Amino acid sequence: MAGLTYTVFDTTDLSTAEVYGRTLKELGNKHQEVVGLSADLAKSTKIGVFAEAHPDRFFNMGIAEQNLFGVAAGMAKAGLIPFVSTFAIFTSMRGLDQVHTDICYQNANVKMIATHAGVSFGQAGSTHHCTEDLSIMRAMANCTVIVPADGMETANAVVAAYEKEGPVYIRINRGFDQKVFQNADYGFEIGKGIQMTDGTDITIIGCGSTVYQAIQAASILDQVDGIKARVINMHTIKPVDKEMILKALHETRRIVTVEDHNIIGGLGSAVSEVISESGKACAFMRLGIPDEFSVIGLHEDLMAHYQIDANGIVDNVRELMGRDFEEDEDWEDEV
Amino acid sequence: MGLQAQELLMLEKKAHELRELCVDTVVWAGSGHIGGALSAMDIFTILYHKYMSVDPKNPNWEDRDRFILSKGHVGVGFAPVLADKGFFSKEDLKEYNHFGSNLGMHLDSRKVVGLDASTGSLGHGLPIALGTALAARVRNKTYMTYCLLGDGECDEGAVWEAAMAIAHYNVTNLVTFVDRNGLMMDGATEDVMSLEPFKDKWEAFGFHVIEVEGHDFNQLADAIDYAHDHHEKPVVIIARTVKGCGIDFIENNYRWHYGGLDSEKIKLSKESLLRHYNKRVEGV
Repeated sequence: MAGLTYTVFDTTDLSTAEVYGRTLKELGNKHQEVVGLSADLAKSTKIGVFAEAHPDRFFNMGIAEQNLFGVAAGMAKAGLIPFVSTFAIFTSMRGLDQVHTDICYQNANVKMIATHAGVSFGQAGSTHHCTEDLSIMRAMANCTVIVPADGMETANAVVAAYEKEGPVYIRINRGFDQKVFQNADYGFEIGKGIQMTDGTDITIIGCGSTVYQAIQAASILDQVDGIKARVINMHTIKPVDKEMILKALHETRRIVTVEDHNIIGGLGSAVSEVISESGKACAFMRLGIPDEFSVIGLHEDLMAHYQIDANGIVDNVRELMGRDFEEDEDWEDEV
Repeated sequence: MGLQAQELLMLEKKAHELRELCVDTVVWAGSGHIGGALSAMDIFTILYHKYMSVDPKNPNWEDRDRFILSKGHVGVGFAPVLADKGFFSKEDLKEYNHFGSNLGMHLDSRKVVGLDASTGSLGHGLPIALGTALAARVRNKTYMTYCLLGDGECDEGAVWEAAMAIAHYNVTNLVTFVDRNGLMMDGATEDVMSLEPFKDKWEAFGFHVIEVEGHDFNQLADAIDYAHDHHEKPVVIIARTVKGCGIDFIENNYRWHYGGLDSEKIKLSKESLLRHYNKRVEGV
């Protein structure tokens, strides 16, 4: 890492987006080619900190996301490293044609920091919930997709994105995230999952805000049920850490994914692709937003509603533990 | 001011050669967007042979002028310009659209040397051009960015998003051209989706608008010189052009937005281009 100066104290006091803004400001202090862009969301996305420090390197494009991403592509082609901040829904959908053609297709060195992801902007309603972006962005060739678990990991991800050539999509939440990491030097590396707890009974794979919930769930399962759950923080959705998934598959034979995203196309799909190509049997369950437009409410209430909080994970793990997946007598056409 | 006769003749000759090479490329490719390629050819020619500072031996030279072909579907007319300039071999044009070729209908900057952006999806070029122009500002570079839009392309909202931002940031190291040939895929622009009053639209967005005959090098040169010398407002040059310019049976016919040429039509095309050239240089 490039000499980050964050402490637990900073990340406890700051929302995840504020950590991003400060990290970008630091990057901008060191690197003249870093520029910031937003579309009338400089304050909401907290890139305003960078804008104040580097007014000559910040460009507000107004409420015009197509232009926003096209301009970023042009800047990257001329040697700058643009960090573009707007809501996830506007990055992955409103400006997607430009993200696809101008940024990903051309492998432009643009970093997309997508805030207010999942159902974290809960009370804003479904027009501002973003539960499809991982599916969409994962399908973009050349694009790296990262979902940091908390502020500390966001700082690490932003620095790693700077150091990695090519398009990077970083998805963060609105507001504060529960703290997962105490120090920055836990070994963040793009494409490498972080094993948060040991366990051989089952593996819970989360990303973003669900990592903290998964760790809490593992603790309850251990104390109440004696179930030893391995928790993996799969902060990089693409490229996903196949090795870590296969190891968990081999050693636990039961896997649950949990994400603040539609169960179609995101973390659960990425993990299931690895499992299904492995040829190994596995009891598997995806937790997330079912195939529907999410309801309105506070983020924590919505996480409970969709069973992606600690209690929801515990309930589903218990159910999965009860399944006998190795000898399914009902499978009549089994050969 | 006008161009010196010698320079004008050089440009006319080059434009003629490039039109012929465009016809050849359409034939090698099997088909192509010949109408819009020929309407834009004089703009390509004057930029690459009078104004733009580029180095085919060092195509990624940081200080080069940039050209963003927003109307990216006319690759079959623009690839010949880059090949002729020396960015790659003209022999490569013979493989246009063929399996495994670096050259396809919509040119890809990761494959085509000298191409500043991959375009083709319409409405994308002007924002990218704005990006390269703003990057020059950030990096204290003096290069110019030129962007060519199709007129039908101006139906796209992103064009106007970019126009608004160009004016807002008073980006005068970017010169925007519109190839106003009046025709798009389905017919006349004014029948499919009205653009007029087109000049007023650009003016309302904060541009200084210069309307020129897009096949008149003197008028194009005067407009570009004006853009270089004036920095109070960004400049858009609306070039009135003829779709298919130079080939009589293609000119002004929207059905020739895209097409192929059989042996008889190749012959007729070359004969028409020669007549067109002779007429243009008559009396110079």
